[in-house]
Amino acid sequence: MSEHIMSSKFYYTIWITLLCLTGITAAVSFVDLGPFNAVVALVIATVKALLVVLFFMHVKYTSEKLTKIVIASAIFWLFLLLALSMADYATRHWS
Amino acid sequence: MSDSPIAVEQHGPELLHHFVDAEQQRDAATLGMWLFLATEIMFFGGMFCAYLIYRFWYYSEFAAGSRSLDITLGTVNTAVLICSSLTVALGVRAAQMGKRKLLVVLLLLTILFGLVFLGIKGVEWYNKYEEHHIPGPTFNVDDLVKAYPNIHIDPQHEQIFFSLYFAMTGLHALHMIIGVGIFAFLTFYAWKGRYTPKYYTPVEMGGLYWHFVDIVWIYLFPLLYLIDRHR
Repeated sequence: MSEHIMSSKFYYTIWITLLCLTGITAAVSFVDLGPFNAVVALVIATVKALLVVLFFMHVKYTSEKLTKIVIASAIFWLFLLLALSMADYATRHWS
Repeated sequence: MSDSPIAVEQHGPELLHHFVDAEQQRDAATLGMWLFLATEIMFFGGMFCAYLIYRFWYYSEFAAGSRSLDITLGTVNTAVLICSSLTVALGVRAAQMGKRKLLVVLLLLTILFGLVFLGIKGVEWYNKYEEHHIPGPTFNVDDLVKAYPNIHIDPQHEQIFFSLYFAMTGLHALHMIIGVGIFAFLTFYAWKGRYTPKYYTPVEMGGLYWHFVDIVWIYLFPLLYLIDRHR
C-alpha cells in the first residue's frame, strides 16, 4: 500500500511551486505590510513545509495511521512548547 | 493460508525474520524514522522557542540584526535546498523503479547541492566574521548603529541575536554535514546495487531525514532573514 510511485512530472510541479513560493516570500519582505510581514512569511513557510511533508515525504500516501499520529503529536508538542512559553513571557508585564 | 503449523514463506535476505512481509518491515522503519524526526522537532523547537522569547524582548535589535543578513544569499540557499529535495524525491522514485544508475546520479546531485549550500553558508559566516558580528570579545555593532539611526541597538542584546543566528544556522549546517555523510553511504551501496524495488528502505529513510533538514531551513529563512526588514 505504501508502494506508490508518483510520476516525475508530479515532483517537478511541486518543485516549481516551492521555488515560486520562495521567490514570492523574498519579494514580499521588501514591501512594508506592518505586522503582516511576519504573518505572510510564516504562512508561506508553512505551505512550503506542507508540500514537502505531504508529497516529497509521501505522508499523503502513507497507509500507516500510526505514522500520521506520531507526526500530529510531534507538531502538537511543539505548539505546546511555544504557546505555553509565550503565555508566560508575553503576559509578565500584566497586572 | 496453508494448513501446516509453521508456514515458511520464501523471501529474499532483505526481509528480517520477525516481520510478516516487506510492507510491514517498511512501515515499521517509516514509523521509527518519524519517531526520530519527532525528537528532532523538539530539539530544534527549543531553539525556535528561545528565538521567539528573545525576539519578543529585544525586538529592535532583532530587526537590525535581521537586516544585516544577506537576503540574496539566503534566498539562493533556500532554492538550492529545494533543488536537493527534488533530487532526493526523484532518487527514491528511481530506487522504487530499480534504476540503479539514475539513483546514483541523483544521490550524487543531492550531495552536490548539499555542499553548495554549506559553501554559501560558509561565505555568509565569513562575512559576519569580517563585520565583527560573531559574538565574543571582538563583537562590534557600531556599523549597525550608524546604518540604522532610527533603531535602538543595545550591543548586549544584539549579541543575543547573533548568538541565536549562529546556533540555529550552525546546528542546521551540522545536520546538513551529517546528511551529506548519510548520502555518501547511500551512494556507495546504490552503486554496488544493494537497493532494489523490493528493498530501498535506507534510501527512503535517508530521504526523510534530508527533507526534514530542508523544512527546518524553510522556517529559519523567513525568521532570520525576512520578517523584520521594515521596523
